[in-house]
Amino acid sequence: MIWWMFFSILALSGLMCLYRVGAGPTPPDRTVAIDIFGTLVVGFCALLGIIEGRDFFLNIAIAWALLSFLGTVALAKYLEGRGFDE
Amino acid sequence: MSEIGLVLISVGVVFDLFGCIGLVRLPDIYNRLQAATKCVTLGTCMILIGVAFYTGLDAIGVKAIICAVFILLTSPTGAHALARGSHRSGVPLWEGSVGDKYREDKEGGEVHEEA
Repeated sequence: MIWWMFFSILALSGLMCLYRVGAGPTPPDRTVAIDIFGTLVVGFCALLGIIEGRDFFLNIAIAWALLSFLGTVALAKYLEGRGFDE
Repeated sequence: MSEIGLVLISVGVVFDLFGCIGLVRLPDIYNRLQAATKCVTLGTCMILIGVAFYTGLDAIGVKAIICAVFILLTSPTGAHALARGSHRSGVPLWEGSVGDKYREDKEGGEVHEEA
């Protein structure tokens, strides 16, 4: 029962992030929302790992965190208007 | 141990919810960035530490601790890069903001433009 509450609250938070992805007036708003959504998915995968009792969900969480960080830094450098080697 | 884990997971989920409410409600990119990044980083790290407490030191727990350390290192770095990039690309501050120290540093002097 309490796990359904956790998943519902996390899904509600994810929907708020997706609202900001759709409605953000500037490109950095959408980038922030995507970054936060990736962090939420990491927590969601950890809870799924407990429910299912298997550990490959945590592998997905680690890979998602790594890719989310790389995407955020790449988009930030792109918004800054400079190359990656400066 | 599993009760400590459940309490940590509950508090972390509530922190995530508050961070996302801040992401929707606050007026400009910088306010949204600080609210969402701080709350969601702390909340997700508490969820992961709670998972580690709940299951003990098996495969799930150790991977959860590794993932928590990784998020604690990378999420502020990404937020800082994003704030710097959006300031340099010219996203304006909210009209109720009272100061812009980064612009003062870049232009090498005091800028008095109180809104």
